[in-house]
Amino acid sequence: MSNIKAIFKRDFSSYFATPVAYVFIVIFLFLMGVFTFYLGGFYERNQADLEPFFRFHPWLYLFLMPAISMRLWSEERKSGTIELLMTLPIPTWHAVIGKFLAAWAFTVVAIILTFPMWITVNYLGSPDNTVILASYIGSLLMAGGFLAIGSCISALTKNQVIAFVISVVICFLFLLSGFPLVLDFFRGWTPQAVVNAIASFSFLTHFESIKKGVIDIRDLIYFLALICFWLYANVVVIEAKKAS
Amino acid sequence: MSDNNEKPLIEIKALDKRFGAIHAVRGISFSVNKGEVLGFLGPNGAGKSTTMKMITGFLEPTSGNISVAGYDIEVNPIEAKEKIGYLPEGAPLYGEMTVLSFLNFIADIRKMHGQYRNRRIEEVIQKIHLDTVRDQTLETLSKGYKRRVGVAHALLHDPEVLIMDEPTDGLDPNQKHEVRTLIHDMAKEKAIIISTHILEEVDAVCTRAIIIASGQLLFDGTPQTLLEMSPSGKLEDVFRDITTRFYEEKGMATHS
Repeated sequence: MSNIKAIFKRDFSSYFATPVAYVFIVIFLFLMGVFTFYLGGFYERNQADLEPFFRFHPWLYLFLMPAISMRLWSEERKSGTIELLMTLPIPTWHAVIGKFLAAWAFTVVAIILTFPMWITVNYLGSPDNTVILASYIGSLLMAGGFLAIGSCISALTKNQVIAFVISVVICFLFLLSGFPLVLDFFRGWTPQAVVNAIASFSFLTHFESIKKGVIDIRDLIYFLALICFWLYANVVVIEAKKAS
Repeated sequence: MSDNNEKPLIEIKALDKRFGAIHAVRGISFSVNKGEVLGFLGPNGAGKSTTMKMITGFLEPTSGNISVAGYDIEVNPIEAKEKIGYLPEGAPLYGEMTVLSFLNFIADIRKMHGQYRNRRIEEVIQKIHLDTVRDQTLETLSKGYKRRVGVAHALLHDPEVLIMDEPTDGLDPNQKHEVRTLIHDMAKEKAIIISTHILEEVDAVCTRAIIIASGQLLFDGTPQTLLEMSPSGKLEDVFRDITTRFYEEKGMATHS
């Protein structure tokens, strides 16, 4: 545990030691506002809820989460500090989890800073705050899923641009795996059960269901299992590079 | 060389490493006892860094065994790494951290607590003269200071085994002298491996020298023996002799 804490602390504070954190948070909040008020029609809908706000989270995350995760391992590889990290007496999975949690916690900070949105909607009307809370939790879980994918991809390359682009593509497939775009590709040559399984992998479907205000245990398990799977793959990638 | 009957702190048997088609290290065996300072010599690309990366557990050997303080680096990597202080090639550091926060991070990972922790951090800062830069971020430091921070991090937990890849590279003559004195002072209680291109360094601090080229062990003995092999009485000449003769026999171009 103390290893994970040490790695977490180092990585988390490194976001704030550089302009990365501040640039990211400003852009994040700005885009959130633009999407909610202009594209989401927050006022025009005349409803006291945050649906237009949460509706765009998956699409913002598609680009913003890989932007956070791309540096996790690529930068260590590029600067050579991975050699410091991997020759310290810690198991690889401690480093993987510590770094992932740091990225996730950073996202939590960014998301918490959207609280004026919540105040606004409570000032203007009386929204169902349990729905809003559930949506926030769903949003965080989804962000975790994106970050876990991005972390694993970033371990594959020392080039952050490559890590970013590949992460976006894979996140995009996971986002839309319930949609014809992805499913049509598998239909016809794979059994229906496989197609159904792929459909059930969609971030969007699971997020939509949480967004309605009910945190179904299946959605919870889906996101947590997804995070575990990608972090496990992350450990495997790092171990494999050692033997290469 | 050993002045006691203890097991060697570093024991390497038939170490082999391939990167795809490249055969970087070919069946190297040697051991290092407590009190020994081993100079690791060889032309560029000879496999020095690769060997050090394997000893410290950063790379996995293709075959062969490495044991550090009695622990096999592949079977008990955590226990072995606890015994090692390592300065990687080029001394990579987390640029955005300050000297002090970096050393504190290492102390966290090394599970150093309380008084001992504070004392050790102060000790290495004093010993390696980092006092004036303790609150500076690592990326703003000069090459010499970066290298010294790397050395400080390797020494922090007072390891039994010290492995340093070109510890004096990029340092000015005074700094070189300091690092050598430092190594010399620690030598009695530790097993130390340093790689270097500077042959005078071998004479100055090492009790033993190993020469490798193309991943093969060409010489293992004291610097004195090495000197005696040289007709001119210069280490440089015998180094060039051994390595070029090897490359010629192999029909390869000289690397250096």
